Amino acid sequence: MEKWPDNRAWFMVIPVFLVVAVSAIIPLMTVVNYSVQDIFGPGQRYFVGTEWFEQVLGDRRLHDALWRQFLFSGLVLLIEIPLGVLIALAMPKRGWAASFSLVLLALPLLIPWNVIGTIWIIFTRPDIGLFGATINTLGLDFDHTARALDAWVTLMLMEVWHWTPLVVLLAYAGLQAIPEAYYQAARIDGASAFAVFRYIQLPKMRGVLTIAVLLRFMDSFLIYAEPFVLTGGGPGNSTTFLSIHLVKIAVGQFDLGPAAAFSIIYFLIVLLFSWLFYQALQRAGTGDK
Amino acid sequence: MRIQKRTIALILYFVLLLLPIYWMLNMSLRTNADILTTFSLIPTDPTLKNYLKIFTDASWYSGYLNSIYYVTLNTVISLTVALPAAYAFSRYSFLGDKHMFFWLLTNRMAPPAVFLLPFFQLYSTVGLIDTHIAVAISHCLFNVPLAVWILEGFMSGVPREIDEMSYIDGYSFPRFFLTVFVPLIRTGIGVTAFFCFMFSWVELLLARTLTTTDAKPIAATMTRTVSATGLDWGLLAAAGILTIVPGALVIWFVRNYIAKGFALGRV
Repeated sequence: MEKWPDNRAWFMVIPVFLVVAVSAIIPLMTVVNYSVQDIFGPGQRYFVGTEWFEQVLGDRRLHDALWRQFLFSGLVLLIEIPLGVLIALAMPKRGWAASFSLVLLALPLLIPWNVIGTIWIIFTRPDIGLFGATINTLGLDFDHTARALDAWVTLMLMEVWHWTPLVVLLAYAGLQAIPEAYYQAARIDGASAFAVFRYIQLPKMRGVLTIAVLLRFMDSFLIYAEPFVLTGGGPGNSTTFLSIHLVKIAVGQFDLGPAAAFSIIYFLIVLLFSWLFYQALQRAGTGDK
Repeated sequence: MRIQKRTIALILYFVLLLLPIYWMLNMSLRTNADILTTFSLIPTDPTLKNYLKIFTDASWYSGYLNSIYYVTLNTVISLTVALPAAYAFSRYSFLGDKHMFFWLLTNRMAPPAVFLLPFFQLYSTVGLIDTHIAVAISHCLFNVPLAVWILEGFMSGVPREIDEMSYIDGYSFPRFFLTVFVPLIRTGIGVTAFFCFMFSWVELLLARTLTTTDAKPIAATMTRTVSATGLDWGLLAAAGILTIVPGALVIWFVRNYIAKGFALGRV
């Protein structure tokens, strides 16, 4: 379907542009400003060009944090997207059970992020937490404060627990928007459940799944509060993700220049990968139509 | 038989989903000393002391009121500006449409830490620090793009013949939009409203930076439970349980829009 060409549609977009631009453009330009200057105090600033960028790009701890971040976001997408779609398919379609399930799903999403980390600290403690105590009763040697692998397992559990409902809600809304007539036609053709999924449900969910993948990628790549509260980046540096490293520079050492340069590089990485995901998902499945 | 297996798996998932929340509820009904010394599946000596403190101490309950105020404001602003824009993106092609559409989403991609300082400077310059509207507008940065994206997806699912038929029938654009089109995408509006509410509700960094006392959000109040004597876990858990309530009410109200789905027979 071709869209109607009409430049007057801009008038409908202008309010959105204004509301977003207020908060977007000025802070971004200020950060760009920081990134090329050395600031000692009011009125005492020197242009340093790309010095901060070179310093940040050569930082080995940043490289380590970057690989950790890719591993984390990759695992998040590989687990949460298929799991979310499966749960959405299993959800009741209507009636009280559907309402009830939707409310249950929303619960983890509504807890402020710093509180989530705090609750999981207690929840995973072997002496007074349900999860920790259960693991201990099973006789497993598990300690997320001492061993890197255990810290990762705990973080992934928390992340999957916290954010899979978002994928489910989006996928479920996408499924609900499929007209009944499509299913009737499939029944008449005698299509299998898998065929219905592959040729009706999945293509119809492409829009919501694109949003789900992009949101989960961006938010997991920028994750800060939950791992910071739960593990503080440790043990060692094993769960120091990019944003934890960034805050160490920006707040801990108060190096505004390098922190700003870091922020811009960070932003460009998220931008690049989001764009690649977006392009891939736009193309995927267009051959079916 | 297959349907039953599916239901069992779903129930199992919901049980796992509720375990950490149950643990928070369990903690919220116990005193701090009790939480830190004994492991018990069910509170042996339940107390409402933590909840009473929140409901009687103004520094606590005003946090909830502030959050509810700016989050509602943000959700209304986001939906109002996003609905026409999403319609434009889904129906028309215009100069720079694709770039504009993707640019919107890039506003969710910046790491917040270093951006907080310029944000504070910007809102101080216009004298909006510590107001609800400042937080509501700053949250538009990430909620408006999301609202446009989600709504555009649902709008593109509505065949354009419906628009054309309505115009032929003599509907004006506002009348068509509000009486025909909006009811058709109510699933999408329900989902969008919930997401705007949710992301604004749990956002802490911007809300905390832009407020001091009068508009201080609940999530910032909760960080105060860390004191010289350590964390008051019971109080924090009670506050956590209470942060879930407003959003759960929102999804309860929009659940029908999400669950009922698409009714093409309306036109």
